[in-house]
Amino acid sequence: MFVELLNGRIIKLIRFEIMKSINANGQQHALAALARSVSIGLMFLVSPATALAAYDVNIAAPASPISAQIYGLHMYILYVCAAIFVVVFALMFYSIFKFRRSNGSKPDVNFHESTLIEIIWTLIPFVILLFMAIPATKTVLDMKDTTNPDMTVKVTGYQWGWRYDYAAEEVGFYSSLSTPWSQIGQPGEKATEEKGKDYLLEVDNPMVVPVGKRVRLLVTSNDVIHGWYVPQLGVNQYGIPGFVKDVWFKADKVGTFKGQCSQICGKLHGYMPITVVVKTEADYAKWVAEAKARWGTAPVAAVAAVPAAVAAPEPGKPLTLVDLKTAGEKVYAANCVACHQASGKGMPPTFPALSGSKVVLGPTDGQINILLNGKPGTAMASFARLSDFEVAAVMTYTKNSWDNSTGKFVTPDDVKAKRKS
Amino acid sequence: MASATIHDHANDHSHDHAHHGPGPWTRIFTTTNHKDIGSMYLWFSLLMFFVGGAMALLIRAELFTPGLQVVQPEVFNSLTTVHALVMIFGAVMPAFVGFANWLIPLQIGAADMAFPRMNNWSFWLMIPATVLLMASFFVPGGAAASGWTLYPPLSTQGGIGVDMTIIAIHILGASSIMGSINIITTILNMRAPGMTLMRMPMFVWTWLITAYLIIAVMPVLAGCITMLLTDRHFGTAFFNAAGGGDPTMFMHIFWFFGHPEVYILILPAFGIMSQIIPTFSRKPLFGYASMVYATASIAILSFIVWGHHMFTVGMPAAGQLFFMYATMLIAVPTGVKIFNWIATMWRGSITFETPMLFAIGFLCMFTLGGFSGLVLSIVPVDITLHNTYYVVAHFHYVLFPGAIWALMAGVYFWLPKWTGRMYNETLGKWHFWLSAISFNVTFFPQHFLGLAGMPRRIPDYALQFAEWNMISTIGAFALGFSQLLFVYNVFSCIRSGEKAKERQWDSADSLEWTHLPSPVPYHTFEMPPDLRGAKAVH
Ligand code: HEM
Ligand SMILES: [Cu+2]
Repeated sequence: MFVELLNGRIIKLIRFEIMKSINANGQQHALAALARSVSIGLMFLVSPATALAAYDVNIAAPASPISAQIYGLHMYILYVCAAIFVVVFALMFYSIFKFRRSNGSKPDVNFHESTLIEIIWTLIPFVILLFMAIPATKTVLDMKDTTNPDMTVKVTGYQWGWRYDYAAEEVGFYSSLSTPWSQIGQPGEKATEEKGKDYLLEVDNPMVVPVGKRVRLLVTSNDVIHGWYVPQLGVNQYGIPGFVKDVWFKADKVGTFKGQCSQICGKLHGYMPITVVVKTEADYAKWVAEAKARWGTAPVAAVAAVPAAVAAPEPGKPLTLVDLKTAGEKVYAANCVACHQASGKGMPPTFPALSGSKVVLGPTDGQINILLNGKPGTAMASFARLSDFEVAAVMTYTKNSWDNSTGKFVTPDDVKAKRKS
Repeated sequence: MASATIHDHANDHSHDHAHHGPGPWTRIFTTTNHKDIGSMYLWFSLLMFFVGGAMALLIRAELFTPGLQVVQPEVFNSLTTVHALVMIFGAVMPAFVGFANWLIPLQIGAADMAFPRMNNWSFWLMIPATVLLMASFFVPGGAAASGWTLYPPLSTQGGIGVDMTIIAIHILGASSIMGSINIITTILNMRAPGMTLMRMPMFVWTWLITAYLIIAVMPVLAGCITMLLTDRHFGTAFFNAAGGGDPTMFMHIFWFFGHPEVYILILPAFGIMSQIIPTFSRKPLFGYASMVYATASIAILSFIVWGHHMFTVGMPAAGQLFFMYATMLIAVPTGVKIFNWIATMWRGSITFETPMLFAIGFLCMFTLGGFSGLVLSIVPVDITLHNTYYVVAHFHYVLFPGAIWALMAGVYFWLPKWTGRMYNETLGKWHFWLSAISFNVTFFPQHFLGLAGMPRRIPDYALQFAEWNMISTIGAFALGFSQLLFVYNVFSCIRSGEKAKERQWDSADSLEWTHLPSPVPYHTFEMPPDLRGAKAVH
């Protein structure tokens, strides 16, 4: 008991130390790391159970009937494999030790064929596999049964974020990484901010569902293949552009469940997390009401990706360059900075510079066109999902930042006109 | 000695001296000798192993701690993509072809490969292909960054680097197909009298089957990436839903190639194991015939399991169940092979020279990789582990101690025959133990990362994954640098190793050990040995 407690303490300490040094500068001295790893290794020897408790070594606690089945299946298969492992390795090491020449073993050259043994070791594994296949089949059928949903949400993958459209509730919104780049850093540029607890696993607008309801997801994509993966809910489903696939889950407890895009989808594949917040029915209803107020009419173009950051202008109030540019800076930080960089210099040749760019300095129409339609064949996706105001604002920002000083600005009406045509 | 006539011939060194004609450079370009070409393949793949390894270390360096420190995310994606392509098409496959060139003619008593000039071409084609692949890092847009699986529409987005990769794969595929035609023809037509099919050494058998796999699936890959190319440039829409195509179709075609491909990478390794384990157990291989049948059934089954890479595309339940059952079934012949190797050691008289150490390491680690494969074959479990580090751990367990260690065991085993000199046994053992420990430090924790839900192909990760990633990176650097021992050992063996015996391993019984001196002369078996009536050699 005492030893365990002590170990738990030490592990926590080490963990804390590692976290601290990572947080401090995002970098590590190899030697210090080595020392830590060695001490961690020693810990395993002292008391494996407690030592491992501090580390993630298994599938996270299931939170839906399917993921509970998956968890059970995995443990079952793992135990069967462990049993086979013990038998096979025992035989192997027995023969290695017993029949070594230095032990005086003489080869029995006639022992090199036995049909009976061959049949036995073909049949036994076959039977073991049967016993694995039966429960697995049951779970497969349960997973595939998407009938009788209580509600349906369409999930669309974007480079690089998600959109959720609630069919019956008529609510739709975007959800993307909310960890600031100042926590992430850059090669050669240390992160300027400490990494938070939910580093890379936090989003601006989480998906919200009621507890205990069968939620049917219609998963698809707007550009490349993505993977909607929330392990604790037992869902991992590709979103494939042009096709809609359905899966379901039922969260059986209130809480927040996290996941990430599971299929490589380009530059920021590592930066498109998923958060599902499970609420009681009453809380869910409250959320729906709020969400409706905020993202009520679902059509894509009218929905702001970063509504919190960029409020639409008051109707009727004339827009100034400064207003637009200030708003545009926020839109830029949320949508463009990862590729085109805060300096506007981009990362040529894949991500061209906007500072001094011909497109940015040139006629308004050309740039609106690229923003609304993307540039096929490149990583430049369509940003049609931004509101007219946001497109106008971010364009104004790019036209009047860094080396660009056109003094020109773009109005939401310009964008609207172009969107129609 | 039964082989007196051959010895007389082989020891006639006049042939060795008949090569004054071309200088060393001309010889490199024009040689049609299977031993020259075999060596060239092996050197090439060793180089590529380190190129791919350097990329792996860059990847691991980025993953040492959370945050971005070493490379930009899209460069990271290119590194994972090209690392895999280089290791598969540049290191492992050419290395096995190198072994095939060296050993198949010697083991079946043939003078050379059936098509020596084509053999020269198969090798030289790889050079422009590799140059294209590596140069793609330096063109606008950088190298392909969609993962080695090249799934569209992501792969339709990239720049000219993707086209260069496609062309490179085309050329490498052509090279492997030519190599395979050569191998099949050689084995089927050029065996010495008395070398019946069921007397061939297991290495020859596994390559025969592998060569058929290559011929069957490389054209499928070629078709697949050609459609990708035309989608990219000529307005076709094979994989573009907007034009009536289907991205999922790409996955089906790709994995119809891809799954047999993983067996292309492992079957010749099985062959090498089946020769090393009996030699150091001083007993014939247990269940030779069932080993042949097991290899053949693995090859056949490998054509009907590709769907296990696609359980998360949303295929119907019937499809998932079919691919699950078929995949589980592959574990049976795989198990048979492992049991046979253990039975070969049973009641043997085992010694632990370096090749045997690597063989035993192969057995242990490959078995673990088989277990994780079995776990992944279970659809619901795979769905939660697909595209996580668990899969990364799985295939590294079967490929590093599987394919790579088999290759290294083979090099240690045949170096005395090839060079006439012995490698340094102590260094060899160091190489093994350092590799064994650091391999497990690198890859075992990745199972935990995968179970905890860390996706693969990401340059940065949440804090909960920090500890295991750090340990994994430390292991990776140790693993990478340990391999330098191997290079040193090979060089010093060639330059100054002790003289090797004709039959360096007392119970090695294939023809190269029983009928030929060490080093093997430049020309061998110009007159095939007559093996009719001789005792079976496995
Ligand atoms: C008992 C035998 C095996 C079984 C049951 C098995 C099963 C599987 C399964 C189900 C996957 C898909 C995992 C996923 O993506 O979700 C997989 C991936 C993979 N396996 Fe195996 N496997 C076995 C042996 C091997 C061998 C012998 C090799 C190669 C030497 C191999 C190489 C790979 C590779 C390279 C991948 C990942 C490919 C990728 O996505 O990039 N496996 N295996
Ligand atoms: Cu496979």
